[in-house]
Amino acid sequence: MKRLLREIYGNAVEFVRTFGAFQLFFLRLLRYSPRMLFTRFGVIVRQVYNAGAMSLVIVMVCGLFVGAVLALQAYSNMSRFNAEDWTGVAAAFALVKELGPVMTAILFAGRAGTALTSEIGLMKATDQLSAMEMMAVNPVPRVLVPRFLGGVISMPLLVAIFSAIGMFGAHIVGVELFQVDVGSFWQQIQLHVEPSDVREGIIKSVVFGFVASLIAVWEGYNTVPTAEGVGRATTRTVVITAITILIFDFMITAALI
Amino acid sequence: MLNRDGGSWIWLVGDESENLIEIRDLKYSRGSRAIFDGLNLEIKRGEVTAIMGPSGTGKTTLLRLITRQLIPQHGAIYIDGVDIATLSQSELYKLRQRFGMLFQNGALLTDLSVFENVAFPLREHTNLSNRLIRHIVLTKLHAVGLRGAAAMMPAELSGGMARRVALARAMVMDPDILLYDEPFVGLDPISMGVIVRLVRQMNDALGITSIVVSHDVEEISTVADRSFLLSGGKVAASGSPEELRTASSDLVRQFMHGMADGPVAFHYQAPSYEEQLLGRDAE
Repeated sequence: MKRLLREIYGNAVEFVRTFGAFQLFFLRLLRYSPRMLFTRFGVIVRQVYNAGAMSLVIVMVCGLFVGAVLALQAYSNMSRFNAEDWTGVAAAFALVKELGPVMTAILFAGRAGTALTSEIGLMKATDQLSAMEMMAVNPVPRVLVPRFLGGVISMPLLVAIFSAIGMFGAHIVGVELFQVDVGSFWQQIQLHVEPSDVREGIIKSVVFGFVASLIAVWEGYNTVPTAEGVGRATTRTVVITAITILIFDFMITAALI
Repeated sequence: MLNRDGGSWIWLVGDESENLIEIRDLKYSRGSRAIFDGLNLEIKRGEVTAIMGPSGTGKTTLLRLITRQLIPQHGAIYIDGVDIATLSQSELYKLRQRFGMLFQNGALLTDLSVFENVAFPLREHTNLSNRLIRHIVLTKLHAVGLRGAAAMMPAELSGGMARRVALARAMVMDPDILLYDEPFVGLDPISMGVIVRLVRQMNDALGITSIVVSHDVEEISTVADRSFLLSGGKVAASGSPEELRTASSDLVRQFMHGMADGPVAFHYQAPSYEEQLLGRDAE
């Protein structure tokens, strides 16, 4: 019993310590971000390419099929009430408010987040970060901030692309496959999807961009500098990001309803 | 000497004592294992100092402590009379600009070419023109025989070449103190000879202080002015390579002559070989 209590106490202390360090790390990134945005713009653009452009294919393919399956589900259910024209609206709501930001963030964690973690982790394991420290170059602004900002900037763009391609997929299924009237399909979307719905999606995409990028660089920077350590950190990035994104999604939705 | 001038710290040259680095009663442990237990050591200005010792005695850890990548749990490290544990981050970075360090694996930045790796400290800390940076980088690469590899990426280099590029990078800012972490490991005889000569030549030509961590007794003995042999978290012996080679201490003799038997056991602590093979140790 005493041992159990001691273990719980030890874990609680460790959790508080890690959480505090995580917050300080976030503040350090934010502190250097504005300056880096202007002085290292080229490096940040390269990171937007690495995190964003390199994730485009996976985001577009997934967006197409998510939109298509949403239209399939919507059509099969709406047709029971002779409300097939609402197929597009149902798909648009789901994509813009929920699945666009959430699916993109999870895909981002799997593609760009793991790449960020393993890259930074390997830099640590091969003493590159120590070498920078020894050259009197702070690795936080030089290495971490551009990667963090690259992810933050990429996420809303990827969400927009995911949702747009998703709507294209919904159009193919609804209009081309099930012969829903094309005018009704798009007019219903125009009538019922409000700017506030789009705003909700934008807010989520920005928050998820911060969350996913922060977790990826944190895990990379705190990697145990071994091959196994890099592997574990990469796995943790995906798992923690996915869970955190879903929790934040619930909280933002609850706050905006 | 580090002095405060108008609120900021500056390094002053002059009034220099003989010892550039002094380590006093240093204690450092990892978990329950003590790496250093009251280590005292002095590095003299302008000399090549060798830090030697069997594997696991904390030679690399000592370099990391000297450069404050690690902080001692007890005791102090003085550089030019200043306790480096008291420096702020900006003062520490100012101090580190006086250092050049050659890491065991080179630690080249993998997303930059050889040229850009060597140019990296210049681009970060100076406002020199591209033309001047090019001249300096090519001069340093020429010194290590790799001017022709300037356009290559680190992944295309052999281990020895990467180490030589890292050496060019370490000396590109003309540091006062050069630290070498196992510079001879994995080098072919030609590269090793070049590096050994470079250590000595750079020290004498540039008037710098060099600290070489190594267990290659033969190579390091040819260039070191003074050697320290670490064991059990302390300095077990010190002196010129010749003095160490002729020392009567069993530990020093075992290390310097590479003998299997002696105070340092070849086998890590283990149960009886026979009992372990017969599975009796598990009973």
